[in-house]
Amino acid sequence: MEKIESSITSAGGFTGRRMAKDRLFKYVMIFGGLSVIIAISTIFFYLAGVVSPLFMPSHMDELKPLAVPSLANQSTVHLAMEEQVEIGVRIADQGDVTFFSLLDGKPSLQEQVPLPESVRATSFAAGDLRKRAMAFGLADGRLLLLKDDYKVTFTQDPKDPTKDIRSIAPGLVYPLGTDALVVDDAGQPLKRLAIQHDEEGTTAVAQTGDDRLLLAYFTSESDFAGESVTTERAAVHELPRLKGEIDQILLEVKQRDLYVVHGGRFVSHFDVQNKDEPSLKQTVAVVPEGERVTAAALLSGGFSLVLGTDKGHLVQWFQVRDANNKNTLTRIREFKPMDGPIALVAPEHARKGFVAADDKGGVNLYYATSERLLVERATGAAPARLAAFAPRANAVLLETTQGEIRSAHIENEYPEISFGSLWGKVWYESYEQPDYIWQSAAANSDFEPKFSVAPLTFGTLKAAFYAMMVAVPLAVLGAIFAAYFMSPKMRSVVKPSIEIMEALPTVILGFLAGLWLAPFVDNNLAGTLLAIFLLPFSFVITAWVWHRLPGQLIKNLGPGWEAALLVPVIILVIWGAVSLGHPVEAAFFNGDMPRWVSNELGWSYEQRNSLVVGIAMGFAAIPIIFSIAEDAIFSVPRHLTSGSLALGATTWQTLFNVVLLTASPGIFSAIMVGFGRAIGETMIVLMATGNTAVMDMSIFTGFRTLSANIGVEMPEAAVGSTHYLLLFFSALVLFIFTFFINTLAELVRQRLREKYSSL
Amino acid sequence: MRDWFKGGEPWIWMTAGAVALSLVSVYAVLWMTAAQGLGHWWPKPLVETTLTEADGSVKRLIGELRDKEEISLHRLRESGYDIKSDDQFTSRYLVKQGNRDVYGVDFKWVPTPLLGEFQYPRDVISIERHEWGSFFGHLKAVKENGQVVAEGNAAWPELEKRLARSNKLFDEILSIEKHDIGKVNYNLERLRLKQRKLELQGGLTEAAQAEIDQERQIHETEFARLQARLDGLRAQNARDSLTAEIQDGQVIEIPFGKIADVIKPNDMSVVQKISHYLQKLSEFIVDDPREANTEGGIFPAIFGTVMMVLLMSAMVTPLGIMAAVYMREYAKQGPLIQIIRISVNNLAGVPSIVYGVFGLGFFVYFLGGNIDALFFPEAHPAPVFGSPGILWSSLTLALLTLPVVIVATEEGLSRVPRSIREGSLALGATKAETLWRTVLPIASPAMMTGLILAVARAAGEVAPLMLVGVVKLAPSLPLDGNFPFLHLERKFMHLGFHIYDVGFQSPNVEAARPLVFATSLLLVIIIIVLNMFAIRLRNRLRERMRGLESV
Repeated sequence: MEKIESSITSAGGFTGRRMAKDRLFKYVMIFGGLSVIIAISTIFFYLAGVVSPLFMPSHMDELKPLAVPSLANQSTVHLAMEEQVEIGVRIADQGDVTFFSLLDGKPSLQEQVPLPESVRATSFAAGDLRKRAMAFGLADGRLLLLKDDYKVTFTQDPKDPTKDIRSIAPGLVYPLGTDALVVDDAGQPLKRLAIQHDEEGTTAVAQTGDDRLLLAYFTSESDFAGESVTTERAAVHELPRLKGEIDQILLEVKQRDLYVVHGGRFVSHFDVQNKDEPSLKQTVAVVPEGERVTAAALLSGGFSLVLGTDKGHLVQWFQVRDANNKNTLTRIREFKPMDGPIALVAPEHARKGFVAADDKGGVNLYYATSERLLVERATGAAPARLAAFAPRANAVLLETTQGEIRSAHIENEYPEISFGSLWGKVWYESYEQPDYIWQSAAANSDFEPKFSVAPLTFGTLKAAFYAMMVAVPLAVLGAIFAAYFMSPKMRSVVKPSIEIMEALPTVILGFLAGLWLAPFVDNNLAGTLLAIFLLPFSFVITAWVWHRLPGQLIKNLGPGWEAALLVPVIILVIWGAVSLGHPVEAAFFNGDMPRWVSNELGWSYEQRNSLVVGIAMGFAAIPIIFSIAEDAIFSVPRHLTSGSLALGATTWQTLFNVVLLTASPGIFSAIMVGFGRAIGETMIVLMATGNTAVMDMSIFTGFRTLSANIGVEMPEAAVGSTHYLLLFFSALVLFIFTFFINTLAELVRQRLREKYSSL
Repeated sequence: MRDWFKGGEPWIWMTAGAVALSLVSVYAVLWMTAAQGLGHWWPKPLVETTLTEADGSVKRLIGELRDKEEISLHRLRESGYDIKSDDQFTSRYLVKQGNRDVYGVDFKWVPTPLLGEFQYPRDVISIERHEWGSFFGHLKAVKENGQVVAEGNAAWPELEKRLARSNKLFDEILSIEKHDIGKVNYNLERLRLKQRKLELQGGLTEAAQAEIDQERQIHETEFARLQARLDGLRAQNARDSLTAEIQDGQVIEIPFGKIADVIKPNDMSVVQKISHYLQKLSEFIVDDPREANTEGGIFPAIFGTVMMVLLMSAMVTPLGIMAAVYMREYAKQGPLIQIIRISVNNLAGVPSIVYGVFGLGFFVYFLGGNIDALFFPEAHPAPVFGSPGILWSSLTLALLTLPVVIVATEEGLSRVPRSIREGSLALGATKAETLWRTVLPIASPAMMTGLILAVARAAGEVAPLMLVGVVKLAPSLPLDGNFPFLHLERKFMHLGFHIYDVGFQSPNVEAARPLVFATSLLLVIIIIVLNMFAIRLRNRLRERMRGLESV
């Protein structure tokens, strides 16, 4: 054959052209067909590709040294980087500030903070990293506030007009002027300092040379032109003396809470919201006896305290409100310990991550919410003593004990995600206990995103469960009747009806369920439940009545029309149950069953609940289950049933013992396909439930499913964010799950077909 | 009795009950949609009655009775009604009192015991306004430039006359606003993009700039002319007004320019009612929506749906058929192609929202973003194809419905009897000729069936569209009179999304509900007709095949 073909193809003229056309057609078809198949499979690979970075480990380059000239006789107190990671800054204890390039360490600007003449700086404090405020504490009891500032300008590239050249000019600014502010009237040096600053006010907490702990609050007012700022001290208080030596003072960014680490293993919490009445709330021993806190930091947002100890332990604490509305500092979680005593803990600017270093040269990146150790690294030289994140957490800068500055690029876009944070309970900041929460966005920037997919998955399964409760009995029983008992004439009515049912857009079902059925069920709860309960009995009673009727009538109307006879019965029963409903509610449920359910039973009740969704989604799943199951039952070979009937079994016995047994894989596969349909259904769930991500099985509450969640949140998710990727992840989960279920169902059906043909 | 149970008779009835219940629910849904959707435009009588308020005062109430339900007194008392009764239940009416500009809400539930006697005064008018929904009241007078020209019984004929004039003016204003000014704005925007493009390419010479400026000047003059004409028309339209007394006795003046239609629902003959009904029905089909989609028509949604489905069909048909022909006729039939077949089949069961996510990520952000960067740098930072639009919607739905078309076509191809192919080949036709001339024509009804089913599915699908291009209100249609006429990057409106949006995102759900039912009805009709057509086609195909096999 091949030979003949090739010989014909080689022929010229008309035949040759025909053959060429034939080949062309073939190639076009093969190319087209294959590309369509490839295009379809792209869906899976694309989704997987988008999602994959979520599960990639975080990456941090080797810490490479920067040739920043070392300081002569000062030591570094602070490091920082600007947003674009082009310029770093080093601040030394006597006000020497060096801005340097993060590429090669070359200083771009050197400045000296104008400390008052012949007054030494005795301490340094950095406020919230995003606000960039810092202060020097002076030997005469005053402080000087400053900020590092970066002016970004764009100029058009002379070579390419479509591009702009960015240039960044670093510098220092003094938001409260260059005059130092008095903290201690006694003029004692400020040994230790903590500050927070914003437009309205500045709070400073200082330990003086004679070991008093002072809280000072300065208010600022700018004049109309906005040029000069007048600052005055509004309050100064001496805080109670604390046990042992003060190790560290931490002031929260909103200037409301003050934490003092003292005595090696205690943290005292002061409420300083009211600057006139600071109060000591509690003192907690945060580490067991024999262990010492060696490093502490507040994570971004100021809620969480991360403490590192001399045994290398790292622990997160924050305030938890108890039943009496009282806040207590609570130990939340522990991170994987480091080898040596913790030398430093430095938080990220906007997320809940931090970097910790021990005195053996180890440098680790952690993420609090997901309790993950992201990267383990070594400085490659002497241990680190200071570290700082870039504002976007894409680089880290540190100084070793030998004064060498090193930096490394970090790729760490999705640290919030771990198996535990996706599927387990997580103790989020300001929550009373660990919980499953999905809350992807909030108004304030200190927000800790809560990405637990457990409640969404639960909602999806709950939705499918209630839908199946409705659909499986109706569809499977219906399929049995349609395939086995129904008269052909009735079939010609039923089949198209089921096809119409399948074609009904789910948006219409959802709309009816949400705007008509839900209020109806709410107002007629007893009636609805009564109808569901009474319907099966009404069928049996009708059957009995029918059985008692004179035989002639039965024969005339004929078997196979039972379903048609039951239609008026159903309408009657539903009407009767609904009109009975209100008297029943009046008699037994104080006239309002939903209220009774929530008050007497203590179950929460929502108008758009699982019952409503179950009915609507069951309706949507019935046709597909019905068609496949009916097909499986109908194709059971006739000789099997004839044999059974010939042996004296009744139709029902034959059906139950022979037909259903043979067709059971087909029915199973039908249910699976229906289940897959219910899992992915979006519009009905979106419209007929309240879409709250709660986790309970109650029939009277709603839920939030993966699919509805995608529908609601996808348009708002920022491209490339963790949230966006997680929504893609949900889609991928749905894809894989339904694809798997459908394939399984298909394989079962194929096996069944083979079995039938061999019977 | 026991034998009767054992024989399984009751179980058979149970199975019958399942079928019956399914049937009842299908037809109940269809009936609900039809009854609620079709009844909306029938003029309902306006009731005038009294309502006892919480403080004991009695007020007049004029409105349409929209719904009645039985409700527990408990709930009524909880919501602050003081009703003296020993019963547990009473009933309440949903009254449309209109006049939203005066009362803030136009629908309210009122308990029956608080209502007085119902009266249907013949002179009550119901005004359909361009803004603020309906107005109900007693007509007092018709005014021209603030001077009363007709009062009492004479007011109605005068009103009808002047309303016709005002409606004509209004149509003229609308047409200028929508078409002429829209066109000028479109041209101005194109000029801006042209200038920016030249700027980016460095080709913005003085001559080019002058040309652009000149052209812009022309459009701006045109704009000023249209604006002046609009002002003139508006001034003319502001001439007449009417005054009417609403339920609480206030007399309200309404300029004719804001009135779309006025009827006296209690004084209409059946013929008048029918003609009013038909007029409103046709307005529903051909008009634009008003008042956050809760009033007016749904034409843009119908247009958007049809347009999107057509685009989708144009993509899905050749692709689906090609894939099916390849899989059935050219690929080697083995386990691999079997796996592919099963996979394609199963893709039909993948949730539609997944396709939406794919469409958003791949088509909109990836493909669209790159197209923008390559071809439309002048529009930056505004996206052209890099944001959801009708092209991406139809592509996404094409992907979604591909399995349907492939499966149907494959089935059609497999039903073509072997004898026919062999006959054709034996007569010396090549394989391509056999396929093209005999096999595909015979299988064409199957392909049509697949396409129709695909169209029916696409028309009703909403979830993926929410992500890739549907909006609640599209300012302009994807097809219009401005070059290049077909605007594939534009967002569009869709019947299914319209239902979701108006039913669930609308601030005034009660007002919107009948319209949502009507929209649902339209969508259901479209889909049922398409499906019926597909079923008929499939049955005819089967019979034809049976005929062929016997040859």
